[in-house]
Amino acid sequence: MKKKFKLEDLDCANCAAKMEEAIKKLPGVNDASVSFMTQKMMVDAEDDKFDDIMKEVVAVCAKVEPDCKILM
Amino acid sequence: MTTKQKKMLYRIIAAFVLFFALMIAEHTGALSGVNPLLLFVLYVIPYLMIGYDIIWKAFRNIRHGQVFDENFLMMLATFGAFGVQEYSEAVAVMLFYQVGELFQNYAVGKSRQSISDMMNICPEYANIEENGSLTQVDPDDVEVGSIIVVKPGERIPLDGIVTEGASMIDTAALTGESVPRKVSVGDEIISGCVNGSNTLKVRVTKAFEDSTVARILELVENAGSKKAKVENFITRFAKYYTPVVTIAAVLLAIVPPLVLGGGFGEWIRRACIFLVISCPCALVISVPLGFFGGIGAASKIGVLVKGSNYLEAVAEMTTIVFDKTGTLTKGEFKVSEVLPAGAGTEAAAKEELLALAAHGEGYSNHPIAHSIREAYGKPLSMERVSGTEEIAGHGIHTFIDGREVYLGNAKLMEREQIGYTENKSAGTVVYVACDGVFAGSIVISDTLKEGSKEAIRDMKRVGVQRTVMLTGDRKAAALSVAAELGIDEVHAELLPEDKVGEVERLLDRCAGKEKLAFVGDGINDAPVLMRADVGIAMGSMGSDAAIEAADIVLMDDDVRKIASLVRISRKTLAIVKQNIVFALGIKALVLVLGAFGVANMWEAVFADVGVSVIAILNSMRTLKEK
Repeated sequence: MKKKFKLEDLDCANCAAKMEEAIKKLPGVNDASVSFMTQKMMVDAEDDKFDDIMKEVVAVCAKVEPDCKILM
Repeated sequence: MTTKQKKMLYRIIAAFVLFFALMIAEHTGALSGVNPLLLFVLYVIPYLMIGYDIIWKAFRNIRHGQVFDENFLMMLATFGAFGVQEYSEAVAVMLFYQVGELFQNYAVGKSRQSISDMMNICPEYANIEENGSLTQVDPDDVEVGSIIVVKPGERIPLDGIVTEGASMIDTAALTGESVPRKVSVGDEIISGCVNGSNTLKVRVTKAFEDSTVARILELVENAGSKKAKVENFITRFAKYYTPVVTIAAVLLAIVPPLVLGGGFGEWIRRACIFLVISCPCALVISVPLGFFGGIGAASKIGVLVKGSNYLEAVAEMTTIVFDKTGTLTKGEFKVSEVLPAGAGTEAAAKEELLALAAHGEGYSNHPIAHSIREAYGKPLSMERVSGTEEIAGHGIHTFIDGREVYLGNAKLMEREQIGYTENKSAGTVVYVACDGVFAGSIVISDTLKEGSKEAIRDMKRVGVQRTVMLTGDRKAAALSVAAELGIDEVHAELLPEDKVGEVERLLDRCAGKEKLAFVGDGINDAPVLMRADVGIAMGSMGSDAAIEAADIVLMDDDVRKIASLVRISRKTLAIVKQNIVFALGIKALVLVLGAFGVANMWEAVFADVGVSVIAILNSMRTLKEK
């Protein structure tokens, strides 16, 4: 399942790249992209565990860039 | 400016005033007798005022395991400056770093805004008529088959068919076409266009998520995920750059004093310069921004590019392969030549020949029959015709006003042993014989699309080396089209499945970085679109499958746009390369100068945020290319 999220206060392009990389490494995530330009994030992950995976996504993002909020 | 940016601006102004006052006091000697500790405290006040968030973020990120982030590096650099008692430099570096960050933030916000304005084709609501009154609903909630009302000046929210009213619609946002299109009852209209001066009622044919506008927005938003080689290079580079520079800084602070002897102060100061320049931000921001702008500029002229990698490939394109029918020609067959054999005045003889052929083909559904009847243009009196029979692979045998008529190809004439004059024109030739005597020939050919010729000429002008045309058509027809358009190479009489093989052979001929693009209308050629380095499809007449398979979509099917696209892509690439060379050049220069003690902190701050801002402004130029 692919889902898109809006991001708020994503202020640094390097962080966006780091977030993307961190999300891609999570188990169950097939693909992910974080766009600094559109301030959007796309996560493609396994259907049945999507909600749990999203919790981890939020956690890794907070680790990389605590100021950035994911609007769910 | 956002409130966040405004707050930052006030902090900068306040810190600057304080800092400036301290500088004046120090230079006029007013602070000469002051206790060194007090002096330190005096400078720490503006420093914390401007930099407290940096320090806080640095500590917080270290706790999260993010060591080499720019906050930490700035903190380290300024602490270092304090350590070697360069108080004013520490404050100045932090101050200018924040000024640069603010400016960078503002510039990115602005460019993001201008790009999204350009892509502002998303309709906000749809009007639904219920019990005589209009209600505004979310386009997402409108079901297929419902009737929506589009008022003058409103954006058409969903794809559909006009059921009431006539108006002019402005398709510029989707196709870049500035002339409005006329629509009336029965016409299909697409979402994202703006209605002109009259109210339209529209029966919705597609749900919002399948509508043109939703698909386009999806394409453009996802364009960022297909990265160009340059972008990937920068991402990889950024990963190594920061640690390498930081390690170099540490070595610079420790090794020279131990080897050469002398104090640590000067070397720590030089190491701090390294730390200030160690963020790759200028590149990480400006490169994707440049591509984003290039894709934006392309969508402005009605060309959708599905990823920056395709924009990059177009810039390196040397071979372009066209499908003939539907791409260079309209795929509409028209009578292009009527050549009567007998005597008689030209016009009357032509008329008679056409009348004969039109009646003879009166019962046929073949496209050729259709074009002959269309050229004749008068109502047929089919009571004159009797005993029509089709001779497979040859033509038609019929009686018109009791006269025996044969209509068909050269083989038919030969079979019936009728002496005929061969017509060598390109296209499909229909020979007509009446009562055993050759009456003349009619040529039917495909019509060239408007602008095909200019398109080929412009492409050569922008440096595309080889133009190739593939077609399933007969060789003579293909060659004549190619000659008229100025195409270099033709492969005719191909079956749809042969086209992939032909493109593969052409791909083999592309050396090194040279790229091949295939342009098709998507009917039967989705596999070829996929196989080519860049697949370009026609958006308005092409199938959904073609748009899916293609990398670039021409929204208004105008092949002339390809030359403009090449220009946009080249300019984008040029700007991206300028930024990389400029940013890396300045950084390298300041690193070297810093290591030898020539550059100071100020220059380092410029090499960091100043370069970023300049690169961002440069990237914005991609948006303006037409």
